[in-house]
Amino acid sequence: MKIAIASGKGGTGKTTLSTNLASYLSEIEQVVLTDLDVEEPNSGLFLSGNREIKEDKFKMVPQWIEDKCTLCGICQKVCNFHAVIQLGKMIMVFPELCHGCYACSELCPESALPMIPKKMGELNYSRDRNLHFIESRLDVGEEQAVPLIRQTKDYIDRTFPGDTVHIYDSPPGTSCPVIEVTKDVDFVILITEPTPFGFHDLKLAVETMRELKKPFGVVINRDGIGNQDVVDFCKCEKITLLAKIPNDRRIAELCSLGKLIYNEVPEFRRELDKIITYIMTIKNYKQA
Amino acid sequence: MKEIVVISGKGGTGKTSLTASFAYLGGKDVIVADCDVDAADMHLLLKPDFAEAEDFYSGELAYIEQDRCIRCGKCADVCRFDAIENVFNTYKVDRLACEGCGYCSRICPTHAIINKKRLAGEWYISQIKTGSLMVHAKLGIGADNSGKLVAKVKNEAKKIAEDEFKDFILVDGSPGIGCPVVSSLSGAHFVVMVTEPSVPGFHDLKRLFTLIKKFSLKAGCIINKFDINKQITKEIENYLKEENILHIANLPYNEDFIRAMTKGQTVVEYTDGGVRNLIEQSWNKIKDEIK
Repeated sequence: MKIAIASGKGGTGKTTLSTNLASYLSEIEQVVLTDLDVEEPNSGLFLSGNREIKEDKFKMVPQWIEDKCTLCGICQKVCNFHAVIQLGKMIMVFPELCHGCYACSELCPESALPMIPKKMGELNYSRDRNLHFIESRLDVGEEQAVPLIRQTKDYIDRTFPGDTVHIYDSPPGTSCPVIEVTKDVDFVILITEPTPFGFHDLKLAVETMRELKKPFGVVINRDGIGNQDVVDFCKCEKITLLAKIPNDRRIAELCSLGKLIYNEVPEFRRELDKIITYIMTIKNYKQA
Repeated sequence: MKEIVVISGKGGTGKTSLTASFAYLGGKDVIVADCDVDAADMHLLLKPDFAEAEDFYSGELAYIEQDRCIRCGKCADVCRFDAIENVFNTYKVDRLACEGCGYCSRICPTHAIINKKRLAGEWYISQIKTGSLMVHAKLGIGADNSGKLVAKVKNEAKKIAEDEFKDFILVDGSPGIGCPVVSSLSGAHFVVMVTEPSVPGFHDLKRLFTLIKKFSLKAGCIINKFDINKQITKEIENYLKEENILHIANLPYNEDFIRAMTKGQTVVEYTDGGVRNLIEQSWNKIKDEIK
C-alpha cells in the first residue's frame, strides 16, 4: 500500500503532513516513510531515530578510452542530449547532461565508451520503533532528480514487503520528478492552501493525477486564510476533501522548530485521524 | 541591462509574492520573466494579457509504426527507462516514461520506430498591469522540466530588454536545486534568496547557497516571516554574515500578503502599511547593489 503526498505549489505542508502522518500511524503499525524530494529533503529534520545505513548512489555515465577510439563519430551522432561531443581528436563527456541511455556506449564499434558509475547522491535509512525512514539527497550540482528517485524506489521495493504502509513525501510541481514518484502508488494526497496560488497549482496537480489515472484526495492546509475557491472546486469536481488543517500559529511555530505537531495540537490530530480512517479503508479494500 | 533572479530552495517562502511586488515597483524599467514554469503563479498578481502565445517543443518521443514492427523486442531490450511495454504482443511506448534518447529507433531492424518532437508546453509574451512586458510559460503535464523552457523564457525576456533598452530583467525562479534552478541562475547578475526562519527553511537555504557559490554569483537574502522564530532568524543572520551574503531585509509575518493575493494584487498595491515600505527599501537595496 503506497501513498504519495504531493502538491502543485511548494511550501503547502507536504513534509509536515508526511512526517506527522507516518509517525502517528506508526503507533499502530509498521510504516515506511520515504522522502523523495531529493533536491531539498526535509522530512528527516522532523524525525528522531538513529541512522543505520548510508549508501552512496550512482548513475552510469560513459567514460572515453582514448586508446580504443577511432574517432568514427558514432557516439556523438547517437547522443540526443549533447552529452558526448567530439572536439577535434577528443571525445568530451558531460555527465550532468547524460541520461544514462547507454546508446553511445553500446553502439560504439570499438567499445571505447564503457559505462562507469558516477556518484549523484546518497541514501540514508534510519529507524524509530515502527517507523522506517528512508531519505535520498541529491548532491548539490547534480541536476537530474529522476534517476535518484528511481533508485530509491527500487531500494524500498527490494527491502520492504508490499503490504506495509508506504508514505512518499513528493517534490513540488507536476513535471517529471513528481510523475516518477506518483506513477506506481495506490493513492495520492494532494495538499494545498486555500489561496489563489494554492488553488491554481491544485488544479494543475488534479489534472496531472487524472492524466495518470490515480485515485486522489485533497487536504486543505491553513484552513481559514484566503477564500472558498478550493472547497467549491472540490465539491464541483466531486473530489474527496480528506481533511482541513486549521491555520494556527502553534502549528507554524512547531514546524519552524522542526517538531511534530500531532501530540501538541489536538485539532491537528483530529484531522490526521480522518485521513488515517480513509487510508485504512482503502488498505482493507485492497487486501480484500 | 542587469538580471536579478529571485529564488528560494524551499517552496512557500513568499518568493513569488515578493518578485511580483518588485515587478510592480520597478514598473516600466523591468522586464519580468516567470521561470517557475512548473507551477507558474505570478500571472495571478500581474494580470498578463497573453497577447502572444507559442508552442514549445523540446526533446523527442519514440513512436512505433505497428505495420512495420516485426515484434522482435529489441527496442524493449535496449530501453533503460522501461518505456516500451509488450501488451498482447504489441510493443507500445509509455510516453511518460520515454526520455527521448532515440536508442530504440537506431537499433530497430525494420526502422519501425520514429522520433517525434515532443510538445513540452506553451510560452507567452504579455503586457502586464504596469504597462511593461512579461515572458511566462506553462509546462505541459508530466513534461520534462529539464530547464529548456526556463532558458527559452529567460532568453526571450533578455531579447526584449535589450531591444527596448530596459534596466532590469526580474526572474522568478523555481524551488529546489535541480535543472530548472540551474537554468534560471545562468547569466544572473544578482540572486535574491527568499527564506523563512524554520529548520527546513534554513536547511534548504544552505543547500541553495552551496549551489550559488558553485557559479560564483553575488547573492542577497530576505528573511520572510522573521518573527515566526526569532532564534532561527538570528542563526540565519549569522550565517549570512559568515558567508558574506547581503542581508536585504527581515519581513514580518503579515496576512496582507494573502489578502492582496485574494484580490489579485501585489502586496505593495494592496497596502500602504509598513510592509510596503520594507519591500520598497528591499527593492532599492537590490538596485543599489547591482549598479
